[in-house]
Amino acid sequence: MKDTEGYVTADGRQIGGVLMELNNITLKFGGVTAISDISFDIHEGEIRAIIGPNGAGKSSMLNIISGFYTPTIGELWYKGEKRPQMRPYEIARMGVARTFQNIALFEGMTVLDNVMTGRLTHMHAGVAAQALWYGKARAEEIANREIVEKVIDFLEIQSIRKTPVGRLPYGLKKRVELARALAAEPSILLLDEPMAGMNVEEKEDMSRFILDVNDEFGTTICLIEHDMGVVMDLSDRVVVMDYGKKIGDGPPDEVRNNQDVIDAYLGVPS
Amino acid sequence: MLNDIFIAPFADMIAAPDFLLQVLWEGLVSGILYALIALGFVLIFRSSRIFNFAQGIMVVFAALTLVGLHAMGIPAWISVALTLGVMFILAVSIERIVLRPLVGQPDIILFMASIGITLFLIGGGEIIFGGENKVMITEELGIPTGDTVLEPWGGLLILQHLDITVVLVASALVAALLAFLNYTQMGRAIRALGDDHQAALSVGISLQTVWVLVWFIAGIIALVTGIAWGARAGVSFALEVIAYKALPVLMLGGLESITGAIIGGLLIGILEKLFEIYWGQPLLGGNTETWFAFVLALFVLLFRPQGLFGEKIIERV
Ligand SMILES: Nc1ncnc2c1ncn2[C@@H]1O[C@H](COP(=O)(O)OP(=O)(O)OP(=O)(O)O)[C@@H](O)[C@H]1O
Ligand SMILES: [Mg+2]
Repeated sequence: MKDTEGYVTADGRQIGGVLMELNNITLKFGGVTAISDISFDIHEGEIRAIIGPNGAGKSSMLNIISGFYTPTIGELWYKGEKRPQMRPYEIARMGVARTFQNIALFEGMTVLDNVMTGRLTHMHAGVAAQALWYGKARAEEIANREIVEKVIDFLEIQSIRKTPVGRLPYGLKKRVELARALAAEPSILLLDEPMAGMNVEEKEDMSRFILDVNDEFGTTICLIEHDMGVVMDLSDRVVVMDYGKKIGDGPPDEVRNNQDVIDAYLGVPS
Repeated sequence: MLNDIFIAPFADMIAAPDFLLQVLWEGLVSGILYALIALGFVLIFRSSRIFNFAQGIMVVFAALTLVGLHAMGIPAWISVALTLGVMFILAVSIERIVLRPLVGQPDIILFMASIGITLFLIGGGEIIFGGENKVMITEELGIPTGDTVLEPWGGLLILQHLDITVVLVASALVAALLAFLNYTQMGRAIRALGDDHQAALSVGISLQTVWVLVWFIAGIIALVTGIAWGARAGVSFALEVIAYKALPVLMLGGLESITGAIIGGLLIGILEKLFEIYWGQPLLGGNTETWFAFVLALFVLLFRPQGLFGEKIIERV
């Protein structure tokens, strides 16, 4: 592994060592190369952004990290170990939580139940047997509920706890999806365009929540975002992708002044 | 004629309310069993998109296993526990051998696979237990066989103790299943997988675990309905028909709705009994219970293609 030391951000926060490292990742769908030979790392405690124009391969990258896609070439290191090929649910249980670009919630279930499913990553083996043991199941249920209620308070969605998710407006759904991911107490939180389709006020709320999560729980966050202003405000370091290639990587200010990036992305009004 | 259809039956109901009560009670007994079976279907359909053709034969298989084990000299309740064990092994085997290799295949392939399971269970059941009819071990299980006679409005209402037991046990099982689905993490996992596959994976739900679980639940349901039905009709491959009654229940309740399965089951059980007694026997020569539910379901589907409780059109199956 390379620099495991960590670094200090522009605003003086101490960032930890490397949590995840992606080496020479290439992803092909038949003839289409969605990602070609990209490497970057994510440090513990930082907010890492991935930006780029439509179809650049950003979501594909998040899908690789969360195990929904398997890279054609390349390897992924997590917590100092090379990650073998695993299924998404196994990766989730290793502390990788995520939200989706097109919200993926359990529409028929209440907000509370949706967030409770976030705790499934913490369920122990042999659960079927445990579930039959009433006392044990109950103790676990109570412990999970406590954490979930904290998350619900934190994201200020108490008033809709019992509402079926299918009835919520778009902006709140995004927030519930974040709550579900947070309930897992993840080591790394992946957010695919958490602010897409929101109005200015909702965007501000969401930005604040993301910063607060990172600040209060020290959660490592990797997010995709189109809105440059938001990215500049939120992230510690930015990876810029274009047509499946990495064309920039560094702190927001540095990336903003990179000519390739300006040509490929910032020049294009979004 | 119009009088026979629209007036006389209702006049009869009012004239003899005790008899109406009797009919409703008997409808309820069947209805709750239909509801249970339909619940098994819905859980499997929601989590694996399989329309489980094998549910009927699972009822037979569970009943045969129970009776067969007891015939080997094993005490009744230990036979029940062992049969549950067999149903669990069946669930694990189905997941390993059939479902896992077929992940992502079109629905029709999965449906064919469940027909395969059916044929396997028919063959297996006959080889192990023989094809001849058997008697359910009702007394050995301590299920009461007497009856209680009530006299509402000075009339007559006979409640078989077997029926009372069936209603109590089946209601308890439905209630336990609902509590399990709504208030435990595994239950939430089952519901979640039915709602959104991708999201379920992202929160660490293993398809395999859920599949084993829902097939095992279907197995438990099969055993309970097998005992209940077998106690009235004997244990034979004809028991399978009770599962086919789940079909109209599902058409009525919607393939994905847990509430729909329960209400639909009760509704069909009661309505088919009412129809048989008040319309079928006097006007159509009886024996309408074999087809009434299907006609009713088709009729409902004409007006509500998504079923009474379904939220979306079912384009599967
Ligand atoms: N499952 C898939 N099968 C085939 N091609 C895919 C698949 N997923 C992504 N692609 C292709 O990979 C490329 C990158 O897509 P991706 O969704 O990663 O882009 P993105 O940067 O997230 O874009 P956007 O900003 O629009 O969300 C696109 O050409 C897309 O069509
Ligand atoms: Mg995307």
